[in-house]
Amino acid sequence: MIRSILLHSFVIAALVALEPVLSEYHHGNLARIMVLAVYATGYNLLFGYTGLLSLGHAMFFAAGMYGCALMIRLAEWSVGPAFVVGVICALIAGIVVGFLALRTIGVGFMIVTLMFAEAAYLTILYYNEYTRGDEGFTIAQSVRTIGGLDLSDTTTRYFAALTLFSICLIASAAVVQSKAGRVLVAIRENEDRVRMLGFDPFRYKLLALVLSAVMAGAAGAAYAVLFGYAGASFAAVQYSIFPLLWVLLGGPGTTLGPLLGTVLMFYLVDYASGTIMPGLAGMVETQFGIEAPGLASAYLLLVGVALVLLVLFAPRGLLGTVRARMIPWLP
Amino acid sequence: MDLISYLPFSLPHPALLAAGVLEGTVLAAVLALTALGLSIVFGIMRVVNVAHGEFYMLGAVLAWFITHTVSGTVGGPPWLGFGIALIVAPLVVASMAAATDWLVLKRLDYDPEATIVATIGILYIIQQLALTFYGPDARPVEAPFDFRVQTPWFGYSGYKLSVVGAAILLMLVVWLVLTRTKIGLIMRATQYDRETAQAFGIPVDKVYAGVFALGAGLAAIGAVLIVPIQQAHYLMGGDPLLLSFIVVILGGLGSLRGTLVAAIFIGLSDGIISTLYEPTLAKILATLLVAMVLVFRPQGLFGARAA
Amino acid sequence: MAAVAQLSAEGLVKDFGGLRAVDVAAFTLNKGEIRAVIGPNGAGKTTFVSLLCGRFPPTAGRITFEGRDITAMPAHERVASGIAYTFQITSIFGNLSLYDNVALPAQRRVTLDGGGHVRERAMAALERVGLADRSREIASSQSYGHQRLLEVAMGLALGPKVLILDEPTQGLADSEIADFITLIREVAQETTILLIEHNMPVVMALAETITVLDQGRILAEGTPDAIRENAAVQTAYLGG
Repeated sequence: MIRSILLHSFVIAALVALEPVLSEYHHGNLARIMVLAVYATGYNLLFGYTGLLSLGHAMFFAAGMYGCALMIRLAEWSVGPAFVVGVICALIAGIVVGFLALRTIGVGFMIVTLMFAEAAYLTILYYNEYTRGDEGFTIAQSVRTIGGLDLSDTTTRYFAALTLFSICLIASAAVVQSKAGRVLVAIRENEDRVRMLGFDPFRYKLLALVLSAVMAGAAGAAYAVLFGYAGASFAAVQYSIFPLLWVLLGGPGTTLGPLLGTVLMFYLVDYASGTIMPGLAGMVETQFGIEAPGLASAYLLLVGVALVLLVLFAPRGLLGTVRARMIPWLP
Repeated sequence: MDLISYLPFSLPHPALLAAGVLEGTVLAAVLALTALGLSIVFGIMRVVNVAHGEFYMLGAVLAWFITHTVSGTVGGPPWLGFGIALIVAPLVVASMAAATDWLVLKRLDYDPEATIVATIGILYIIQQLALTFYGPDARPVEAPFDFRVQTPWFGYSGYKLSVVGAAILLMLVVWLVLTRTKIGLIMRATQYDRETAQAFGIPVDKVYAGVFALGAGLAAIGAVLIVPIQQAHYLMGGDPLLLSFIVVILGGLGSLRGTLVAAIFIGLSDGIISTLYEPTLAKILATLLVAMVLVFRPQGLFGARAA
Repeated sequence: MAAVAQLSAEGLVKDFGGLRAVDVAAFTLNKGEIRAVIGPNGAGKTTFVSLLCGRFPPTAGRITFEGRDITAMPAHERVASGIAYTFQITSIFGNLSLYDNVALPAQRRVTLDGGGHVRERAMAALERVGLADRSREIASSQSYGHQRLLEVAMGLALGPKVLILDEPTQGLADSEIADFITLIREVAQETTILLIEHNMPVVMALAETITVLDQGRILAEGTPDAIRENAAVQTAYLGG
């Protein structure tokens, strides 16, 4: 327990210490990564700890993002209350989807969440008039303030993202090491046995799903206010796959795996689309004479390759493997 | 057609409606082929192949490469290039699917959840490779022949009608193979009980690779047939995947008859609706319907073995 | 001491497809007794006790527990109200430590009681089956016999009023069986025991009453001696 508190405090302290030394570019990246890591941390509660694989988490992210951004854009609310509305939207979505989707198990749960998310995505496109569809809309810099702080300022933005991430990391660590967390892990291992120990698995699965949805929604709302943009691409299937990939990479069922996976995948994709792919494209065309008109923009290839390799060779992810081989107490 | 009167739209002109029905029939035919592939793979292997739409896209893109090469480089007539594409593209796609089964799915021991994650990865790999070598543009393929069937009200493309004919013919062949031949019997035995089938000397590995190849091949044939009507594009796999899911889930697990009926229903309504009305709303309702079917009638698709 | 009915079933029927797996007209388990359910393979023993603890719903019939009709009560609530079930096929949490395995039922009991210490309770359960010194080890790394004992410890940690044990001695060594008999006698001081068992020496050593099931029906019921003498039971076992 003490080791766990020390470890999480160290990670948060390290993120604070990094702030003054980061370049402008990495500064923005890391703020974005921390917001996305909140999303992944929530996803991990459901997938990594409870064993429920959702393919539709983008709907919760989008519920938070649009719940917040539309309040600012249409109702001209200020950032604070709009953020709360975003989180509440995700909460409600989590409860409704949970009550329905948790009647199914395994593959059924995956497909049902996928279908609900697809319906949510199409709904955003359908109400193009308000949401501006795929194109999305920006939130003016002038309204992106909270308590007098300018959220578009890089340092403020960094610390706002860090605050949210720290809250979610600590909450996630507290939940998984609590009594309820022990039940969640047990459900992942053997749901029938949990029922025959007198627990109602549905209640715990709903708890995990709702917590997970709330974190996804908080991430979506934070993204909207910190980066000043909301768009339908955040509700598309791809944004349901990303947290799965980040968590798989970092280590499902480890508290710090989501952050690690998000950092690695973000920089891998960033580096690949900025450097590797264009370079490769030039090489393929000049050296081999093969036409590869889209290679420079095909960075999602990495997402596919990473998913297949992880599921084949490292289903425990990085920190999961570390825990199995070296540090058994890793939370 | 009582339903029409409840729709919040004005009733279309009869000729327009007839055109919608015809377009819908073409879509339904191709959709039925594609969905049949997904249904067979799920029915026999219990694998939900999320990359199914990409095998479809691959069929269309290969058809473009083949017809382009035949007519451009060799200077052959359109029917020759199309004929070659209709045979070669599905075979190439089927062998890629067999390789996928061998390299990935088999190694996962066909675990339902792991195979879904893996096929999502394969979806991105195929799609991005198509983007890499084919590029981001949509490109047309010339129809192998061009004549119009004249009705009293309007003319209609003869090619589109022959697509319907070809799809029906292919489905009949698949049906006969599955129900009347030894290969079909072996497939059904494997579906029923993998371990027992293995004990009786059925080469389950080969059957699975074959089934996965067949499923992908059917999608590719559907795509080759459709590509003279819709252009080939690296993102074209999304819609057929979603529609195939809808069809397979509504039609019921492994039920070929159910798949066909649902394909005709969805294909027709999609055709009519997207010709005449707002397609997004219809898609929202269809996806919600599918989710509800899975929630409240899970035995329809993911029955006793869904765990 | 007069017999007090604790768990009873009336007209209990379970059909699987066209097959009638269980058809028990009347069954009563008295408070404080050790009851054994025996019968040939496929007699419906596991199905019968699964109906009692609610793992699946009966086709027809009524189940009462301490005077309350629990027929419609979901399994987890029955467990919470005092009916514990240990699985025939060892069903532990393989990736968790022995301690975490028993901590789950212990925390359930503590929550239900509104007080108590999870750790003490869990360790006491492990102590009783002799696994306390292995509490930090991973469950799946244990021998089969130890996994069976862990399964029983999970039942004990729940502090149930009725403990249903489904073939608990299957796969245990002779020395372990002797310890197990002692353990059950001890547990029976405060808990009613319903035991499905194939091992007849264990049944004869423990049971006060034996219920014989055959083809889903109760064929005979009585003291061990009476059952031993019963011609119908002998026919069912030896094949008439």
